Amino acid sequence: MNAQSTAPTRTATRAATASVGDFDVTAVRRDFPILAQQIHGKPLAYLDNAASSQRPQSVIDAISHYYEHDHANVHRGVHTLSQRATDAYEGARDVVRRFIHAKDTKEIIFVRGTTEAINLVAQSFARPQLQPGDEILISGLEHHANIVPWQLVCEQTGAVLKVIPISNAGEVDFAAFETLIGPRTKLLALAHVSNALGTVVPIEKFIAVARRLSVPVLIDGAQAVPHAKVDVQALDCDFYCFSSHKMLGPTGMGVLYGKQSLLERMPPWQGGGDMILTVSFTKTTYNQLPWKFEAGTPHISGAIGLAAAIRYLERIGMERIARIEHELLEYATHQLSALPGLRIIGTAPHKAAVVSFVLDGIHPHDIGTILDTEGVAIRTGHHCAMPVMEFYRIPATARASMSFYNTFEEIDRLVAALEHTRQVLG
Amino acid sequence: MDLKDLYRDVIVDHNRNPRNFGALHPADAQADGHNPLCGDRLTVYVKLDGDRIADAKFDGAGCAISVASASLLTEAIKGKSRTAVKELFNQVHALLTQQDAQADTARLGKLAALSGVREFPARVKCASLCWHTLNAALDNAPAAPVSTE
Repeated sequence: MNAQSTAPTRTATRAATASVGDFDVTAVRRDFPILAQQIHGKPLAYLDNAASSQRPQSVIDAISHYYEHDHANVHRGVHTLSQRATDAYEGARDVVRRFIHAKDTKEIIFVRGTTEAINLVAQSFARPQLQPGDEILISGLEHHANIVPWQLVCEQTGAVLKVIPISNAGEVDFAAFETLIGPRTKLLALAHVSNALGTVVPIEKFIAVARRLSVPVLIDGAQAVPHAKVDVQALDCDFYCFSSHKMLGPTGMGVLYGKQSLLERMPPWQGGGDMILTVSFTKTTYNQLPWKFEAGTPHISGAIGLAAAIRYLERIGMERIARIEHELLEYATHQLSALPGLRIIGTAPHKAAVVSFVLDGIHPHDIGTILDTEGVAIRTGHHCAMPVMEFYRIPATARASMSFYNTFEEIDRLVAALEHTRQVLG
Repeated sequence: MDLKDLYRDVIVDHNRNPRNFGALHPADAQADGHNPLCGDRLTVYVKLDGDRIADAKFDGAGCAISVASASLLTEAIKGKSRTAVKELFNQVHALLTQQDAQADTARLGKLAALSGVREFPARVKCASLCWHTLNAALDNAPAAPVSTE
């Protein structure tokens, strides 16, 4: 079956570049070589961006150029290549600082990803100060990466994990939050955007309450940073964590933003080279921020690739990206809702371009396999958010997640492939 | 790769109308299987008559492949000895995982419909979950659920 030619003839089906003004999606797609391929004889429709985005040629080129011309270890050699590598690595740090509007590059710690950033804060910030009976507050829509590190630190310290409930629409219950936060709360850790449901959490409101009670706040921004402008100073959170691979950059790379005053007080969490000033067998002096938290040779090409990704995002413009993705979300929500037996999981009024859904009588895993044979890539499963699945009493969902390089036509193909799925499993 | 190889009529039929679906109480042996990544969860129940499988049922929820495979399993093992069931397990395992395995329809019967699964490596664990769960039941199941992920 040719998904394109049998795309639904709903009146709302629209041209690929309708109403996004000067945005030329065809030209943008040419920047992403991976998108121009066939999967099982059908053009790839990549709708799994919440799991990992794709990379533009400029990111691939920046990494290649680094390895072809500039690679050496950083912060060590006096030779030219080491200086170039150091300049590129530290230059990337400033690109990140500017992108999220942090005050100082001392506040930008390079890590492996959001998961490592949260673990760093759990072990280096929370663990030394937690006492038995202290509380850490998270929400019911967190990714496992913002649950398990806190469970570990609770086991280590006798602290207690408290969970703010979510509503049927998938919103974090603000009223419940106000009753849960209190004198025992030692940290609030919240997702900015839910990966499983797409909910955009109004973190400003939550942060304001936490500020009033002097509770430090960590934000898991993995799903937020790629899709809208984030300003850590305006948010006034204490820590903000995100991953490079969800924002067009390399895998194995991420960022922990932390307020300098807090990072200064935190002990290093891994020991080794690069994080020290002097070492003797009796005493070691730790390096300054941010290197205190970057033991060992870092992911130099990862930082360079991330900086290239940020430059690409800025060239398109975060506001424009947010607008385009919102249109894709509205279109996908509208077209999918029209399918009989399809239920969207996560219906908060303010969402990122993520549509999680279940189909009556058809398991998400079968949907994923059948869609793949139509060239449509989506995620199926629990999305590393098993408590969310449990809340909705479902084992899994199918999830389509859009990026600015997706088209309305690809959403039509998703819908057609879902109709095909129903035919196959009859 | 042809979708019809995976979702053959027998598979679609056994998914839509699973045979021997439901709990068996009291069972002489039972075990739970759970693949949390995809969300397949099932329980296999067996009633024994000496060394033979007198009755077998299953319940739970999962994808078409895991449900159809469990349904086919319960039909295939009824009346068979433990040794014959182990042999069948080995044959199904080979069918699911070895590219050159011949589907011996004379011995496998309807289970041969599972031969298309090996073209879809991500789905092998779905088809094999019930078999590993049955094994655990017959070997005096451990407390933790079986997983093929």
